[in-house]
Amino acid sequence: MINSKTEKLELSKRASSLPTKLWETLYKSTNARIGFVLFFVISLSCFIGPIFIPHSYEATQLSIGPSAPSAKHLFGTDVLGRDLLIRTLVGGQISILVGFLATAVALIIGTAYGMIAGYVGKKTDALMMRFVDTLYALPFTIMVILLTVLFGRSLILIFLAIGAVEWLTLARIVRGETRTIKIQAYVQAAQLNGLPHHQIIAKHILRNLISPVIVFATLTIPSVILLESVISFLGLGVQAPLASWGSLINEGAQKFDVYPWLLIFPSIFFSLTILSLNFIGDAFRDAFDPVL
Amino acid sequence: MLQLSIRRLIQAIPTLWIIATLTFILMQLTPGGPFDQEKPVTPEIKKLIEAHYGMDKPIHEQYIQFIVKRLQGDFGPSYKYAGWDVDEIIAQAFPVSLELGLYALIIAILIGVPLGILSALFHKKPMEIVFMSIALIGICLPAFVLGPLLLLVFSTELGWFNPFGWNSFSDRILPAFTLGLFYASFIARLTRSGTLDVLKHPYIQTARAKGLSKMRILFVHTLRSALSPVVSYLGPAVAGMISGSFVVETLFFIPGLGSFFVNSAFNRDDTMVMGTVLFYAALIILFNLIVDLIQIWMNPKLNRD
Repeated sequence: MINSKTEKLELSKRASSLPTKLWETLYKSTNARIGFVLFFVISLSCFIGPIFIPHSYEATQLSIGPSAPSAKHLFGTDVLGRDLLIRTLVGGQISILVGFLATAVALIIGTAYGMIAGYVGKKTDALMMRFVDTLYALPFTIMVILLTVLFGRSLILIFLAIGAVEWLTLARIVRGETRTIKIQAYVQAAQLNGLPHHQIIAKHILRNLISPVIVFATLTIPSVILLESVISFLGLGVQAPLASWGSLINEGAQKFDVYPWLLIFPSIFFSLTILSLNFIGDAFRDAFDPVL
Repeated sequence: MLQLSIRRLIQAIPTLWIIATLTFILMQLTPGGPFDQEKPVTPEIKKLIEAHYGMDKPIHEQYIQFIVKRLQGDFGPSYKYAGWDVDEIIAQAFPVSLELGLYALIIAILIGVPLGILSALFHKKPMEIVFMSIALIGICLPAFVLGPLLLLVFSTELGWFNPFGWNSFSDRILPAFTLGLFYASFIARLTRSGTLDVLKHPYIQTARAKGLSKMRILFVHTLRSALSPVVSYLGPAVAGMISGSFVVETLFFIPGLGSFFVNSAFNRDDTMVMGTVLFYAALIILFNLIVDLIQIWMNPKLNRD
């Protein structure tokens, strides 16, 4: 009884300490604060902004055609006369969503895989990690392109494909951490007391994995957004009339000498997002300092 | 070192085999085939074409034939570039990608390493922010943003460079810079943290106490170990620059392997796609081995592991 009580106390303390630590990190580092505010403002304008804009992202107005920024269309219009401001914001929704969802896929696969390999150990571990080594030799971006070309251009597939190639590094980190946690005295004590494996994993191992996983996630989101944009830039990503920052930049890049605003506005949004996420990720990495 | 090389090359065989099998399965799973055209050919002709390429045989026979042919170094004929073999196309296009990748690598090192050292030397001084901001620019301006911007400024506005092509030396500058800057930023960050790490060590203090000049401490005592993470990053970086150059190649209309790959993936040129994937995978394995050898040469202690 006493044991479980102290354990509960311990857990509640830990549970509150992690968000506190994250918050402290954000608060202490100037870069992280800038990054957080910047990202917050960008996401807010992408997800809420479109409500206040009296244009549609897909309604074409061929009579206007491409027009330079004006009071009516703050960012100008694209070749088909669509308002670029709302297209940039809606494109941002897609890019940010893909970034988070694909990272979530990578987190789930990577954590589960690494934890099983690290916890079971021995031959299973050797075999599983050799498979990861093999996949490391694959040209990643090329594989994602291949997957999207072969299986059609759906949004779900894009983040599944990206998630499926981004999990490898996490699997390695998690496996290493699991191996160090597994040999700790308290885990061995739990094993000797007959605590079933799934409870050991849930209670002791997963809990200790949270900080490396968070650091990995914050550093992965910008690189996923980047990868999605490369795919969309090559014309393999989201399908028209939907847009993502990558496809908007692609449209802009084709006409940049005549209609430069088509390139410049989406690029600014994209670059600032990547910058802010990198600031946050760097601060978390410095704060938790796992070997990455 | 010889032992390591041999062991790695032996390990590469199952790796390449798994990759070949994976791509084979992927291509088989995909709906549609390379000979589905908008204007369908008559079933008889289609049958003849498929028989010509051995596509009418049962799947396991196709697989065995596929593996045996690759073992013989035969990548098969391209389905779309009639009359060309895949290895001929790779032999034509790869040198272009390689050249572009090498220039980009030189630019990445020439910008990244000095930037990293400078920001480490000015640590906690205002100048550090300036240097690190320059490094950050590369990270948030990936090739497909930077490329068009560079073209806009230097080609359209100033007219210093041709907007596309791959003929004179000046045609190499903008693409190489576009490709290299992203890696330069990473190298700068790695150099900075590596240098800061080494500068903390007691032996640097000893060197300072002995009265050695700052330059000597930096170049003789610090950089050798500070650059070790940079060297290990070079493996994936070089592989990325050479295989990841398709964005730059599409932007600047450069006839390299990257643009061939993207086109063949679009066109369902199966043999070409599989050939390129295998070629890239072998390249990545090779570069990682070279990088490991360089690291051992720089730091012989590693050889014992």
